[in-house]
Amino acid sequence: MDAFVTHTGTAVPLRRSNVDTDQIIPAVWLKQVSRTGFEKGLFAAWREDPSFVLNDPAYDGASILVSGPDFGTGSSREHAVWALQQYGFRVVIAARFGDIFRNNSTKMGLLPVVLPPEAVETLQKAVEADPATEITVDLSEREVRAVGEAWSFEIDDYTRWRLLEGLDDIGLTLRHADAIADYESGRQPWLPKTA
Amino acid sequence: MGRTLAEKVWEQHVVRRAEGEPDLLFIDLHLIHEVTSPQAFDGLRMAGRPVRRPDLTIATEDHNVPTVRGPISDPVSRAQVETLRKNAAEFGVRLHPMGDAGQGVVHIIGPQFGLTQPGMTIVCGDSHTSTHGAFGGIAFGIGTSEVEHVLATQTLPAYRPKTMAIEVKGALPYGVTAKDLILAIIAQIGTGGGQGYIVEYRGEAIRALSMEGRMTVCNMSIEAGARAGMIAPDETTFSYLKGRPHAPEGEAWDQAVEYWKTLRTDDDAVFDRVVEIDAATLTPFVTWGTNPGQGAPLSSVVPAPEQFGDPIERSAAERALEYMGLTAGTRLTDVEVDTVFVGSCTNGRLEDLRAAAEILQGRQVRTRTLIVPGSMMVKLQAEAEGLHEVFKAAGAEWREAGCSMCLGMNPDTLAPGERSASTSNRNFEGRQGKGGRTHLVSPQVAAATAVTGKLTAPADLV
Ligand code: SF4
Repeated sequence: MDAFVTHTGTAVPLRRSNVDTDQIIPAVWLKQVSRTGFEKGLFAAWREDPSFVLNDPAYDGASILVSGPDFGTGSSREHAVWALQQYGFRVVIAARFGDIFRNNSTKMGLLPVVLPPEAVETLQKAVEADPATEITVDLSEREVRAVGEAWSFEIDDYTRWRLLEGLDDIGLTLRHADAIADYESGRQPWLPKTA
Repeated sequence: MGRTLAEKVWEQHVVRRAEGEPDLLFIDLHLIHEVTSPQAFDGLRMAGRPVRRPDLTIATEDHNVPTVRGPISDPVSRAQVETLRKNAAEFGVRLHPMGDAGQGVVHIIGPQFGLTQPGMTIVCGDSHTSTHGAFGGIAFGIGTSEVEHVLATQTLPAYRPKTMAIEVKGALPYGVTAKDLILAIIAQIGTGGGQGYIVEYRGEAIRALSMEGRMTVCNMSIEAGARAGMIAPDETTFSYLKGRPHAPEGEAWDQAVEYWKTLRTDDDAVFDRVVEIDAATLTPFVTWGTNPGQGAPLSSVVPAPEQFGDPIERSAAERALEYMGLTAGTRLTDVEVDTVFVGSCTNGRLEDLRAAAEILQGRQVRTRTLIVPGSMMVKLQAEAEGLHEVFKAAGAEWREAGCSMCLGMNPDTLAPGERSASTSNRNFEGRQGKGGRTHLVSPQVAAATAVTGKLTAPADLV
């Protein structure tokens, strides 16, 4: 995973709520067995509408998605995160996220930032008024800065550290292999085995 | 102070706890299917890591499989299923492939084998893993990175979610099902209402549910945003489990039951949030919009967006009505349907098929009607009872087991603009096929709808 420290870029305003992962990437795209090529499936159904915001050339090159509340609800498909990243997004800002999507994002280094609805509204308006508006998302300071304002956001220390360092979770867990083995030796004998 | 059920199960599984870090949680059972696992196995291969506990891992083919007999015709789907077969063989994971008597939707087969037991931690690369919480364990969906993590370590780092009690007081009226109950709960608390919580469903109406009904309720916890849903085990749970292939036997059974009986929320435990629902006021429920929170009693009308005070909800409702092709004020029972789907991990169990058959017995369907058992075992049981004959006589299609039209990854899809009454769990735009319009309903309402061609409560059938 690439480290995430701070990022400055332009943004796309997505004025929709309950953006479920079926919209972010429809099921037909989930048949792939590789990890690449998902950018084409990002919002595939919505992008067929020429007036959909991602089709507006004014937002070409944007790397921050500013969405309505409940972004990434529904299915656990991590393909949603891959699609957003491969399309070029580094950050999604929303007032609320689906739990599994948020987890998946932080495993991959896509930063989900929770801001209050008023802050999201301010950012969306600013970007709609001037698509060249730059937003800075500073993970080390836990702060979003744009249009002369700054908003702090919450993220737990551990996840922040992992993202700042770009660390792989599995490697971290395997440092505790002894603790896992200890736990395994004390499990109840009746617990089921598949084999 | 006492502890909640969720806290008890969580604490039992903490491998390691350190200040400022998430708990490292042991995972008792890892369920795998073809869609969310290929990249995880690739990751293991690249890092040269084995599967730590193949004996706590089980795989099945469900999302892509056709529900008519024969091979998978779509080459991309087939490649995905073949990849799972290759990975299972290479890493030593038990797999129930298409055609195998143990094959079925991942959340149907775990309970059916008795692999899902009280007090366990269960994960799967699938959000409806919450289903398994019906047995009193903590079960939740994970993404592919976490699938790889569990394969490699049999653990997951996680912060314990907050706890919520949903107290369902009173008894469900006759004809009102577990599905109606959970749809009503989601409409009340919203698609984000459970976010950050493990929900424990409690109260008289929950205790009165069968295991199948409890699974239906827990299954849709995720549609309220909850990380997991659970129900304390009781005699209903024990008698469901007894004698299943992986349930403990003899002395081990007695020991297990003794422990399982401790798995209940202490009387003096405190939940972070409590929601109360009055079961007695509920009636058959149906969704009208494009998220599972946009639902209403079937006896009511399509709501007007102006009814919603919150501007975000209002615009979501406007958009949903446009997508669904509905006009505010239309009676829901006047909404005409093209296709009826009975199946999925929400309502694809034997009890659901029996309920649908009871209504279709001696009647004819007016819509295309797909009846898709959740597993091969469900299919065989249903056939042993003759349910398939009832369905066929009514003009419905009796299919092989799989996810089918729940998400339309196989050929079972809606055409653009087509409308379904579906016993599945998601009415998202395009979920059942691009441009398809989904109304979520119980198996009973689905069957009655198939008979009339309009959304219909069984009580209104002549
Ligand atoms: S039946 Fe539907 S919800 Fe359940 S696992 Fe299959 S696709 Fe997912």
